[in-house]
Amino acid sequence: MSLLSIFGGKRLQRGVHVPEFKEQTSQLPIRRMPFPPTMIIPLSQHAGAPAVAIVREGQEVVRGEPIAKSNGFVSVPMHAPATGRIERIALAPSARGELAPAIYLTPWPSASQEILYGAPQDIEHMTPEEIVKAVQETGVVGLGGAAFPTHVKMKVPEGKKVDIVMVNGCECEPYLTTDHRVMVEQPDEVLHGARIAMKAIGASKIIVGVEDNKPDAIENLRKAAAAYPYIAVESVPAQYPQGAEKMLIHVLLGREVPSGGLPSDVGVAVFNVATLAQIGDLLPRHQGLIERVVTFAGPALKKPGNYLAALGTPLRFALEQAGCTDEAAGVILGGPMMGPAISSLDMPLTKGVTGVLVLTRKDLESRNGDILPCIRCGACVDVCPLHLNPSRMGMLARKERYEEMETDFHLMDCFECGCCSYVCPSHIPLVQHFRIAKQMNRERKARERAKSNA
Amino acid sequence: MSAPSLTPEIVLRTSPHLHSKRSVGVIMRNVVYAMLPVCAYAVYNFGISVLALLVVSTLSCVLTEHMFCRAAGRPSSIKDSSVIITGILLGLTLPPGFPLWMTAVGGFVAVGLGKMLFGGLGFNVFNPALVGRAFLQAAFPTAITTYTPAQATGRFLEFIPTSLTLPFMQPPVITDWVAKVRIDAFSGATPLTALKFDKVTTEIMPLFWGNVAGSAGETSVILILLGGVYLVARNFMDWRITASMLLSAMAMSGAFYLSNPTAFPNPLFMLFSGGLMLGAVFMATDMVASPVTPLGVWIYGAVMGVMTILIRLLGGLPEGVMYAILLANAVSPAIDNLTQPRVYGTKKKAEAKA
Repeated sequence: MSLLSIFGGKRLQRGVHVPEFKEQTSQLPIRRMPFPPTMIIPLSQHAGAPAVAIVREGQEVVRGEPIAKSNGFVSVPMHAPATGRIERIALAPSARGELAPAIYLTPWPSASQEILYGAPQDIEHMTPEEIVKAVQETGVVGLGGAAFPTHVKMKVPEGKKVDIVMVNGCECEPYLTTDHRVMVEQPDEVLHGARIAMKAIGASKIIVGVEDNKPDAIENLRKAAAAYPYIAVESVPAQYPQGAEKMLIHVLLGREVPSGGLPSDVGVAVFNVATLAQIGDLLPRHQGLIERVVTFAGPALKKPGNYLAALGTPLRFALEQAGCTDEAAGVILGGPMMGPAISSLDMPLTKGVTGVLVLTRKDLESRNGDILPCIRCGACVDVCPLHLNPSRMGMLARKERYEEMETDFHLMDCFECGCCSYVCPSHIPLVQHFRIAKQMNRERKARERAKSNA
Repeated sequence: MSAPSLTPEIVLRTSPHLHSKRSVGVIMRNVVYAMLPVCAYAVYNFGISVLALLVVSTLSCVLTEHMFCRAAGRPSSIKDSSVIITGILLGLTLPPGFPLWMTAVGGFVAVGLGKMLFGGLGFNVFNPALVGRAFLQAAFPTAITTYTPAQATGRFLEFIPTSLTLPFMQPPVITDWVAKVRIDAFSGATPLTALKFDKVTTEIMPLFWGNVAGSAGETSVILILLGGVYLVARNFMDWRITASMLLSAMAMSGAFYLSNPTAFPNPLFMLFSGGLMLGAVFMATDMVASPVTPLGVWIYGAVMGVMTILIRLLGGLPEGVMYAILLANAVSPAIDNLTQPRVYGTKKKAEAKA
């Protein structure tokens, strides 16, 4: 236990209070978004090896049918989000800006869209290995944004013991309310998913961490958890970036994940609530992930809300449904602190998209301001949740001393939460400096490897 | 209804897309606001000479920064307001009757040598106002130690004779003038000078309210503290530096006092007298010249507190705040290097090597 957790209760000591902007959508129930005329299902929607298409162009598929298989252990399959016809397998724009292979599917307007695939399976009598395999077959990945294949986290590495399943319901990014609505509306599915994860991992306890700005979610989860003595639902004061798994582990357990390590190093496996809700829902029926809840928010939307959208829905169609106005000046995938701004509306919603923010020019310009020299106020040092020294790293980046940033100042531990850039009174784009530095270091190492191999 | 094309109007940039409203200009302007009551009281206490002093020092600093920027061919940086702080601080640390032409020179040196030659805001090693004052102390040792009584008669109607000294002239001797304008109990000697040379300890309450002789803005402890409280409440000032400096000064002078209560003054007197309060609140907390690490700021404050007391009690000068802060400025980068925080999930360097 850290000293502070004794005095101040369980809370994130560093980080920032950001305006929440959640009231726009937090009380709007999950609604289904209509199917688009064409769905685009990228083969790489997750961390790890892209899936391999197992359908032909022109083939007719049924909703829920596998259309791409996983390629290795750190990879997941894809399922048809709608009954329809495979138009083509071709390149499509992605959030990272590059074109990536995708399956184009045209839903049939007259089809019943019943999910015919899948059969009930008895989880109670499955071994941990069987559960991990079954989870992989659902195609579920981290729905909190990281899109890391969930079954990989459920397989505890040799020699490690994981005793706690941590359920992450913090949702600390401004605007986003998908996890909030899932917790309010599907608490039983969330806890069912958590119990499945606990069985697969061999853990003995489930801790749910929810920020105190979601009292209705906490209440519903506590009601649902009352029957299970090994499940604890903890309310933690809202503070960004508490939802980062290393932060939440430290807040709730006082355990510190080693630099470069994983939560399993300290006996914890962390899952996002929406991920677990999908597992709790899909696994008993052995079905695949074909849709997810996405928050559409921002001042440039007339119909914001939490939409249950088919994976593969193109953003342009989705924004029409959400009532995008002409004031829109920037579209961000995910939250405003870490989400990337996108350059094309022709890319689809994928498994890792938690929200779509549509901001006006005015919102985006709130960040404007002349970039002044660092005045060494130390605000960034005070807010960095990892106790890094962004001030010093920023100065090193200006001098292009990227290697020193990594060797002496733990550059690679930075997970780009954005707190330092947010508070910097000189408007120095610190996180962007760090992204560039990481990339330069990667390229330098690649060059060195190439040289030593030659 | 169709979604807008988002071209060519789309704004692309990297996260985070939000920013707090706390910018350099906002911080600097609030520091200026926090100093205004201190300035007002200084004018009330010493009269129109101080008003002229503050105006001249501020104008001199602002003009110097503007000229240096023009000479360097870059946009003027005076709108970030940091140079106004330097100007006011320089004025507040000078004796009320300090010749105005010397003040102007001091402002030029403070900003020119102390700030712009290093590269401007963010690059100065030392607090510019104190660089200016240190220069003046070396160049005009008599003028900078000539103090006049507080609350002198007619102070709102006439200048202190030394203020209006012609450029490049030495100020006149003002002993007779002081004898004429002083009210009973208000001597021209500052509390620290009285202590050092006459072994007289001033009462605490006048020090707290500020109706004593001294540099223009250093006398009123209460108003300086109020300014500090405002800045801390609005998160524009690092209270840890001030706390550390005051606590260490108190502890140090307390140790002296306990060792020999007749030879050394009590700690409260040391805390409230001279420029310690002004220095601890407005100068030690100069962001540019102070460390950024959590442990570093405490050490930095302690260095200043201890050095101030050592210079005052054991050195040849009655006051030690200025040199204590300048010295701490000089070691600030070293303090920063030695107190790098332990990064989450890593071991301390020493442990890692062991």
